[in-house]
Amino acid sequence: MSLLEIKNLKARVEDKDILNGITLTVKPGEVHAIMGPNGSGKSTLASVLAGRDEYEVTGGEVLFNGKDLLDLSPEDRARQGMFLAFQYPVEIPGVTNANFLKTALNEIRKSKNLQPLDSKDFLILMREKMKLVEIDKAMTQRSVNEGFSGGEKKRNEIFQMAMLEPQLAILDETDSGLDIDALRVVANGVNALRNKERSFVVITHYQRLLDYIVPDFVHVLYNGRIVKSGNKDLALELEEKGYDWIKEEVAEGAKI
Amino acid sequence: MKSQGVETSNTDYLRQFQEGESKIIPQLLELKKQALTNFEKLGFPTTKNEEWKYTNVAGILKSKFNQAGEPGLSVNDIKYFLPEDAKSILLVFENGKFNKKLSHIENIPAGLTVGDISEFSTHHAVVNHLGKIAHHKNESFVALNTAMFHQGAFIYADKKFTSDQSIHLLFVNDARKSPTVSYPRNLVVAENGSSLKISESYYSMDSAESSFCNSVTEMFIHDNASVEFCKNESENNNDFHIDYTSAFLQRDSVLNMHTITSGGKIVRNNLRIELLKENGSAHLNGLMVTNGETHVDNHSFVDHASPNCYSNELYKGVLDDKSHGIFNGRIYVRRDAQKTNAYQSNKNILLSDEASVNSKPQLEIYADDVKCSHGATTGQLDPEAMFYLRSRGISENESRALLTSAFAEEILDRITIVSQREKIKDLIHSRLKKGSE
Repeated sequence: MSLLEIKNLKARVEDKDILNGITLTVKPGEVHAIMGPNGSGKSTLASVLAGRDEYEVTGGEVLFNGKDLLDLSPEDRARQGMFLAFQYPVEIPGVTNANFLKTALNEIRKSKNLQPLDSKDFLILMREKMKLVEIDKAMTQRSVNEGFSGGEKKRNEIFQMAMLEPQLAILDETDSGLDIDALRVVANGVNALRNKERSFVVITHYQRLLDYIVPDFVHVLYNGRIVKSGNKDLALELEEKGYDWIKEEVAEGAKI
Repeated sequence: MKSQGVETSNTDYLRQFQEGESKIIPQLLELKKQALTNFEKLGFPTTKNEEWKYTNVAGILKSKFNQAGEPGLSVNDIKYFLPEDAKSILLVFENGKFNKKLSHIENIPAGLTVGDISEFSTHHAVVNHLGKIAHHKNESFVALNTAMFHQGAFIYADKKFTSDQSIHLLFVNDARKSPTVSYPRNLVVAENGSSLKISESYYSMDSAESSFCNSVTEMFIHDNASVEFCKNESENNNDFHIDYTSAFLQRDSVLNMHTITSGGKIVRNNLRIELLKENGSAHLNGLMVTNGETHVDNHSFVDHASPNCYSNELYKGVLDDKSHGIFNGRIYVRRDAQKTNAYQSNKNILLSDEASVNSKPQLEIYADDVKCSHGATTGQLDPEAMFYLRSRGISENESRALLTSAFAEEILDRITIVSQREKIKDLIHSRLKKGSE
């Protein structure tokens, strides 16, 4: 069965149509990259899937594990196994990373009728996952993302993902603003979490990230539609030729 | 225009004074009579008085309050109100009356005097300072308290006294038999080079009737002494509390003042700090966490009367339901108070459309070489932060509680009386959680 099925999804923000009919199927264990020029709707897709309420869905449907996703609150989507790594992680002064993660983890466990983790088990789990993305103890005691560098914020997103163990992770331009070393740390973290069950939708503007996180499929998003799909070679082609030829192809298609 | 209700109540208070007159210690009689005269002259403030614009005391005066009988609470009754180490030094007052049985004053270290003020009326610190720090000439509730009080806490630290032990004062309103009024009167004197940590809590027994607490605390902080004073007001949502806390700061002295309000129907806190000699510093922290129809009015006045003094005021509010908060902070820098550093900030979060805040920070500066700033912000919870937390599986209610607790903790973390801080954190957290359900 598919993990995620997006069928002809349309969405707008305020009065502007941004998604104009997206169809995409993600099976367990697959990594899909979604590329596209600025303004093509990549981040909107991530936001609609995570449940941000300033976006209005105007058509289509999204099934997650066969169930309607769009009816669920953001917290219920997370509890069902969805995770969004934010493009711009929010700073939350006064809430420590550790306290935040413990609360999140235990709320997810509660929704599955599992006992909350006690402090000791939580610490053991946290220590294990900290290694994946080179998070040190001091960072877990700092306020969530407060004063973090760009790289630290993105590592922290992957760290949260490692802790919450989602079925589907959407990485929204996780590579933006990262130098090559930080990018490698983040990608290694993601790769360590890849398995037969867990799927990824990697949204990126640049092919560079896909050297490290090798996708099974690459889709090109343009004007709120997926206009081309292929394997990892499509990403290389985009890297070489830019997006203009895609735009031309779309324009040609429209003429016919 | 005086309303009928006010006049009736006025007479009631006079009658109560006369009934209690025989119990007044002779040394205090002159002061109390003077205060009564002042009170008669002043009457109760109305909302036409600029300082009382937002707080209408007519509602308080409508109820007929009586001074309660003898204390009768048990250890179990007050267990919930006490921080964990409160066994060390504790004074318990019940409807303003000293409950010796529940208090712990048997192990007071050398250099410290702690007890019910009525037993210390001839102590030189009482003779010198009682009634001289809080202004009963022009504040009717100070005048009323001064005329009516019988008991309260007296805390006196000898020169260079210092201790890890905190002093806990617990004031419990018990209106289960009938509406009660109480007039606690506290005096704190810290001699040269001494240091004191004091926590003062106000709670009520669950009751359908309301209580009215008219408290006054005076502090005299001598050269190079330091006092931390943590006021915790956690009364029931049908209770009234009008508090005056006044402090005189001498050379190189320090006051750390915390005013935490999480209950009551109408609460008015008047804080008056006078920096009388050079290099004094006052850190004034405030937090209100309110719901229902609670009305909390924080009035502060910081008088920079000498050069090189420092004051820093940070007040925060988290307001839910139809609650109403007021911050009115005035900093007054006199002409001679050069090199003054005075800061004032008020930040509020409104959790409902019907909650409201009036914020009025004021600076009056007559010196020309000073650093002063003030500011106020009022807003809602950051929707981005809410979405971030929820996207990790945390419910909307829990997310709100996490964010508001974090906002409040900036104030609570400044309390260094650890047991009291943890107690207050528990109170605030459970209130914020309950409020969002």
